[in-house]
Amino acid sequence: MITLGHYLGVAAILFVLGVLGIFLNRRNVILMLMAIELILLAVNINLVAFSAYLGDLTGQVFAMFVLTVAAAEAAIGLAILVIFFRRRGSIAVDDANRMRG
Amino acid sequence: MTYNFAAIVPELMLIIGEPILMLTASTMGRRATKITTWGTVALLIAATIAALVGTEPSSAGPLFGGLLSADPFAVYGKALIYLSAAVAIIAANSWFARDDEHGPEYPILILLATVGMSVMVSATNMITLYVGLELNSLSAYILASYRRTDARSAEAGLKYFVLGALASGILLYGISLLYGFTGSTQFSAIAAALGRDEAMGIGLLLGLVFTLSGLAFKISAVPFHMWTPDVYEGSPTPVTTFFASAPKVAAVLLATRVCIEALGPAIDAWRQIIIFAALASIFLGAIAAWGQTNIKRLLAYSSINNIGFVLIGLAAGGAAGVSAVLFYMAIYVVMTLGAFLVVLNLRNAAGEPVEAIDALKGLSSRRPGMAAALAVFMFSLAGIPPLFGFWPKLMVFNAAVEQGLFALAVAGILGTVVGAFYYLKIVKVMYFDEAEEELHYACGNLEAAFIGLFALIVSPLGYLLIGPIGSAADNAAGALF
Repeated sequence: MITLGHYLGVAAILFVLGVLGIFLNRRNVILMLMAIELILLAVNINLVAFSAYLGDLTGQVFAMFVLTVAAAEAAIGLAILVIFFRRRGSIAVDDANRMRG
Repeated sequence: MTYNFAAIVPELMLIIGEPILMLTASTMGRRATKITTWGTVALLIAATIAALVGTEPSSAGPLFGGLLSADPFAVYGKALIYLSAAVAIIAANSWFARDDEHGPEYPILILLATVGMSVMVSATNMITLYVGLELNSLSAYILASYRRTDARSAEAGLKYFVLGALASGILLYGISLLYGFTGSTQFSAIAAALGRDEAMGIGLLLGLVFTLSGLAFKISAVPFHMWTPDVYEGSPTPVTTFFASAPKVAAVLLATRVCIEALGPAIDAWRQIIIFAALASIFLGAIAAWGQTNIKRLLAYSSINNIGFVLIGLAAGGAAGVSAVLFYMAIYVVMTLGAFLVVLNLRNAAGEPVEAIDALKGLSSRRPGMAAALAVFMFSLAGIPPLFGFWPKLMVFNAAVEQGLFALAVAGILGTVVGAFYYLKIVKVMYFDEAEEELHYACGNLEAAFIGLFALIVSPLGYLLIGPIGSAADNAAGALF
């Protein structure tokens, strides 16, 4: 029997993987975009699981909004990445070092 | 459910005006820059008037089934946001004109961000909150990387995007937990559910911590401040001017509304977090600014430092604390916009914008008026008494003391002293150092007028404004309780 706890567990694991993907990956910015997507999908699993558990539609509506915004976010992220690549000729995370910090 | 469109007239004006300006821009190309710039400014001013005039009590309640609210709190935020966005657009005008990169899409992006901020300060539901926040953030990512030919601008955009998206993810995760454990995304329903439970479960606590972390990123409070200096330095200066003003107000007001309206009954749980963030922001902002050589980076740390003081007011809570937060933001916006307007107009002999603090050397002998204005803004940001910047700091400390948070107030005052050091350093560089290179200062009439006006507001004459701003802030804070 799959309970709410299982869904929350999967979502938590995906969320942590996404966060680690942003902080541990030093190679490629595209991987970061994927990690961000992973975080948002983890949230969606949470929302839909809670929605089903509570018998309340709000969570599913929210998930739709999150999906839409995630699409816009990915488009903007890739556009910025293209500008960055044109200037620097690389998309390695360690190359984003023109400024300290 | 009633649909009261009269209450959202300011937002409607902006979102109807936006596609019209966008179409003008796409048909006329670069020639439309003037039209979109002044069209946007006119729209923002009209929306401010509509927001201020249209506050009849009937529209103060929840709108659209509780998704939005047009209460005095939202109106206060909107007026501040629209006006500072308009100033940021006007300030960009001459900077980009000399740069040959000013496109008609620039004011339109700011307009979109402004609609997002408008929704942020009016949101009374987590879904509206998220949509408003993202509309603002997505426009901001594009604005940060607006100078396509500048590697630093692209890098600032990339960093802002990655960290901003991470923060949105953290915020959303927190919201999803709050939704699951309280059963609603409505602020009032979340507060009711939190008030029912005597002991907070681990799920709720996690949701609260994640939500606050996401919001802390948006207001650039320590420990989620790391993007601020890089984004401020890398973005084109007019964009930095914008980032430092309107979005700050929106994010602070949003955090305040979430803390008071949605998480109000759990004040004991979030107060410690806010206190930690406040003190860490004050001291990190003050100490990290010491070694900076770039004035935009320095102003970034200054904004982190000032957010710390704002958070003291939020930690105090209650109507007095919220009123102090609102008052602080109004004065803060004026000081920051003034300081950035001066920085925007610094040019070297070749007409290139300069950002090094060393470039300010001897400014007092060449441009005494500008040097005096910048000195006034710096002293005011430091909170030195005769200037108006002192008053909001006094108000937040007062609110903290009233709530019995003596240690917090004392630590905050200590932080003011530490922070004064680097503000004074700028004044020293301007007044006591010999100039090394010729510094040009070609300032348009309109910008000079704004600098003069803002300097006048933060001068001791500003104390005349305590009455009107104070009563507006009290009225706005009262709407949350």
